[in-house]
Amino acid sequence: MSSRNLWRIGLWLAGLAACVVIVGTARFSADLSTFLPRSPSAAQEILVEQLRDGVVSRLILVAIEDAPPSVLAPLSKAMAAQLRAAPDFVSVNNGDDQSLAKDHDFLWRNRYLLSSDVTPEHFTPAALRRALDNDLQLLGSAAGVLVKTMLPADPTGDMLHVIGQFQGGEHPASRDGIWFSPDGKRALLVMETSAPGFDADAQQHALLLIDNALQSAKAATVGAQDARLLTSGPGVFSVRIRDQVKQDAFRLSILATLAVAGLLLLVYRSPVMLVLALLPVATGALAGIAAVSLGFGSVHGITLGFGVTLIGEAVDYAIYLFTQTAPGRPPEETLPRIWPTLRLGVLTSVCGFSAMLLSSFRGLAQLGLFSIVGLIVAVSVTRWVLPVLLRRDFATNRSTLFGPAIMRLCSRARALRYPLLVLVLAAAALLALKHGNLWDDELSSLSPVSQQDQLLDRQLRTDLGAPDVRYMAVVNAPGEQQALASSETLGRLIQRLAGEGILAGFDSPAFYLPSESTQRARQAAIPAASDLRANLLRALSGLPFRPETFAPFLADANAAKNQPLLDHDSLRGINLAAKLDGLLIRRGEDWAALLPLRGVADASRLKAEIAASGQAGVLLLDLKGDSDQLYQSYRHQALLLALLGALAIVALLFLSFRSPTRVYAVVVPLAASVAVTVALLAVSGGKLSIFNLVGLLLVVGVGSNYALFFERRDTGEEASARQHRERIIVSLVLANLCTVIGFGVLTFSRIPVLHGIGMTVAIGAILSLVFSAILSMPKYDRDQAGP
Amino acid sequence: MRRDAALILALLCLAGAAFPAAPARAGNTVEHPGSETPGSDAALQQIMLGLQSVKQSRARFVERKYLHMLNQPLESSGTLIYAAPDHLEKNTERPKPERLVVDRDSLVIEDGNGGQSRNLSLADNPEIGTIVESVRATLAGDGESLSRFYVVKLQGKLPAWTLLLEPRDPKVLAMVRSIRIGGRNSRIETVETFEAGGDRSVMTVLPDRP
Repeated sequence: MSSRNLWRIGLWLAGLAACVVIVGTARFSADLSTFLPRSPSAAQEILVEQLRDGVVSRLILVAIEDAPPSVLAPLSKAMAAQLRAAPDFVSVNNGDDQSLAKDHDFLWRNRYLLSSDVTPEHFTPAALRRALDNDLQLLGSAAGVLVKTMLPADPTGDMLHVIGQFQGGEHPASRDGIWFSPDGKRALLVMETSAPGFDADAQQHALLLIDNALQSAKAATVGAQDARLLTSGPGVFSVRIRDQVKQDAFRLSILATLAVAGLLLLVYRSPVMLVLALLPVATGALAGIAAVSLGFGSVHGITLGFGVTLIGEAVDYAIYLFTQTAPGRPPEETLPRIWPTLRLGVLTSVCGFSAMLLSSFRGLAQLGLFSIVGLIVAVSVTRWVLPVLLRRDFATNRSTLFGPAIMRLCSRARALRYPLLVLVLAAAALLALKHGNLWDDELSSLSPVSQQDQLLDRQLRTDLGAPDVRYMAVVNAPGEQQALASSETLGRLIQRLAGEGILAGFDSPAFYLPSESTQRARQAAIPAASDLRANLLRALSGLPFRPETFAPFLADANAAKNQPLLDHDSLRGINLAAKLDGLLIRRGEDWAALLPLRGVADASRLKAEIAASGQAGVLLLDLKGDSDQLYQSYRHQALLLALLGALAIVALLFLSFRSPTRVYAVVVPLAASVAVTVALLAVSGGKLSIFNLVGLLLVVGVGSNYALFFERRDTGEEASARQHRERIIVSLVLANLCTVIGFGVLTFSRIPVLHGIGMTVAIGAILSLVFSAILSMPKYDRDQAGP
Repeated sequence: MRRDAALILALLCLAGAAFPAAPARAGNTVEHPGSETPGSDAALQQIMLGLQSVKQSRARFVERKYLHMLNQPLESSGTLIYAAPDHLEKNTERPKPERLVVDRDSLVIEDGNGGQSRNLSLADNPEIGTIVESVRATLAGDGESLSRFYVVKLQGKLPAWTLLLEPRDPKVLAMVRSIRIGGRNSRIETVETFEAGGDRSVMTVLPDRP
C-alpha cells in the first residue's frame, strides 16, 4: 500500500474513532418541542414554554377500571395515600376530603383578604342588612344546613364568594367522596409531577410509581385482581413516543439494513463486497449523528430514525462504483469516469438539504445537517477509501445476467413519452384543483401520539370535567407584585366580559394570592372592631337573629384586619400552591401571569376588548390557533426554502453543464416525478404534512443521481460506450431497489415523520428512475439494443 | 376546590331532603324488627299495607324550623306530590320558590326563579339517600327499606300512629339524630326532624283540596 493510501485509511479511521467518541457521549432526546421554533414571538415563546414545562404538561390523568365501584374507591384511596408520599408528585388528587382539607382551611382563614367582595361598602349597616336578609332566606331553603354552620362566622358569605371566584365549570362525579367517571366504571385521579412533561426519564419513573402503587393496593384489596390502569397526559405521551421512536428507529433500521444487505449479497455474492458497500453508509451515518450532536447539543430520536433513510441514498455510491467497474479493471479506472457525475449528484442533494439547514424548525435543521454531512462523508469514503480496500480482481459479472433484460426495457421506455406527458398534465391539474386543500395545517398532524391515545385523553378529560384550555390571557410585568396587580386589572375586564356572555369564566393567580396593595385595601375596608359591632347591631334590628350569634364574625373580621399579608410562602404545602406556581411564572427578570379562559364564545370580541383596554403587556394566546399558525408559518417557510433549494440545484446544473439542453434533460424527469408523487400522495393519503415536503427534497436528491447518470453521454468507441451504459443502468436499478427498500420499510412506522418521509421517497424514487429512463434514453440505444 | 362544590351540593340536598317532621304522640313504643310483642309487628304491617294502597297523593305543607341562632321559627310553605312507588316532589312557594324532585335514584334541586338546577344520584350519596327514604319509603309502605336504613319504633296503632326512625348509619346519625313521622290511617300528617346540633324542624302536612 502506498503511503498516500495509508494516509487515507489512517485519516478515515481517525475520523471514524472521533465520531464514535462524539456519538457515545451524545444526548438523545425524544421531545417533540425540538421540532418547534428557535426564535418565535413573545407569545409563541410562552406558548412553547407552556407546552414544554407548564403545569398543563405536568399533569398525569389516571383512571382505574375493571372492578366494581366499591372496590375502585378503596384502590384509589390507597394509591393516592402511597403516591402522596413520593417526591415525584407535587399533588395527587382523587377527590377525597383529606387531599383538600388544608386548602379549605387556607381559604377559610384568609377569606377576607381573598374575597373581591371586601370593599368599604361591604360592611355598612345597609349592606350587612341585605346580607342578613339573604341569610335568613337561605336558612329556610334547602341550603339551610350549609348556611347554618358557616353563618355565625361568615354572615356576609365571603367564603362562598371566594370558592365561587375560581370554581371552574364542571366537576367530576364522585362516589364515596372519590372521583369517578359519570358511569361509575372508572375511578379517576389527577396527579401533578414535579418534573416537566418533556423529561421522559422522570415521567417514566412517575408512571412506574403509579403502577407499583396500584399493584400494592390491589394486593391489599379483595376483588381487585382485574383492576387495571389507564394513564394519559403530556408526560405519558412523551414516554410512549420515546419508546416508539426508539423501537421504530431501531427495528426499522435493522430491517432496512438486512433487506439491503440481502439484496447486495444476492448481486455481489461476496460478504466482503457487502461489508465494503455498507462502509460509506455507516461512516456517513456516524458522522451525521456526530455533526448534529456537535451543532445542536442533542440528537432527536426522529433525526436518528432518519439514519435509516440515509442507507437508501448513500449505499448507492458504492453500488455505482462497484457495478460500473468493468470486470478485471481496477476501480481507479472507473472513478475518474463516474466521479464528476457522482460529485454533481451529491452537490445537488446538498443544495436541496441546505435549504433545510436554514429552517427555524429545529427538527428540520437537524435533518438537513445530518443529511448533508452524512452524504458528503459517504461519497468521500467511496471516492478515497473504498478503492484502496477493494481487491484488484473483484468482479461484478453477475449483474450482466439481467443487464440485457433491463436494457431491452429501457430501449422501449422512450415510447412512453406521450403517456407520461399526459400523466404529468393530469397530476398538475389535480394539484391545481386541490391547491388550497393540499396541506394539513394543524400542528397536531405532526403529533406522534396515536389516534387511540388521543381518544383516551379526551375521554378522561371529559370525565374529569377538565377540558383542554384553548384561550389564555398572559400578563407580563417586571415584578411579581406588578404581575399580580395587572392580573387584577385584567381580571376586572374579563369579569365584565363574562357577564356579557363573551366567555364562561376564568382563572387568575390573583384569586389565590392577591397583590399586596389589594390585600391592604381589603384590610382597610374592614371597619374597626367597635364600628363593625355597631354596624352589625343596626343591621340586626328587627330580624329574628339572636345578636350573640355573630360573635365569631366580629372576631374573625378583626383578626383579618390585623393579620400579616399573604405571600408565596403562605400557600406552602397546600394544593393551591401548585396552582399558583402554574399561573404565576418567573421568566428571567420578568414575571408572567397566566389567566386561562373558559368557554370562550367570541374570541375576536375578546381580543378587541383586551386591545381596547390599552393595558400594557397583555397577550391573548390561542393555544390551538397559535400553534397551528406557528406550524403553518414553518410549513410556508419550509416550502419556500425547498423552492430556493430547487433553484440552487438548477443554478448548479447550469454552472457545471453550461448547456440548457442538458440541464433540461436532468430537471424535467425530476420535476415530473415530484409532481406525480405529490398527486399520488394527495389522492391516496389525504393531506400533506411538512414531512412529505422533506421527503420530496430527498426525492430530488436521490432522483438527481439517476437523471445525471442517464443524461451522461460517454464518448469513445461505440461498443465500450454501450457496455458502460449498460453497467450504469444496471447500477441505477440496483441503487433504486436499495432506496425503495430503505424508505419502503419506513412506511411501516407508526411515527408520522418516518411514515411520511418513507412513503414519499419510496414512490418518488421509483418514479424518478422510470421517468429518467423515459425522458433521457437517447434514440440510438434503440437501434443498438434491439433484437 | 371541587370538594367544596361537592360538600355544598351534598349539604344542599341533605337539608332539602330532610323536609319531614311531626309532633310526638302518646302511645306504646315498640321496636321493629325483633320486637318482643308480636302484636305491634302486625300493627306496623297493617299501617304499611294501608300506605301501600295510596298510589298518588297531593298535599300542602307548612314547615317550621326551630334554629338556635333565631329567636323565632322560620316558616315556609308549599305543596308535596307523591306518585307510587318512587316519585316525590316538594315545591316550596313561600317565602322563596324552590323545587326538589326525587325520582327513582335521582335528586334534582331547582332554584325557584327558573335558575340553576342541580342533579345527583342517591346511590352515589348514601347519606342523602337514607334521609330521602325516611319519607319516600314510608309513603310507599315499604317497611323493609325503612328498617334497612333505620331502627324503626312504632308508637300507637291505627288509626293514629307515629314512626320513630333512628338512622343506622353513624355518618347520618352525626347529622340527624331522629325523624318522627306521625300519621292517621294511610296519610302522613307530620314529619319532625331532630338534628344533631339541637335544631329541629316540623312539617305539617294538610290535605290539598282539589
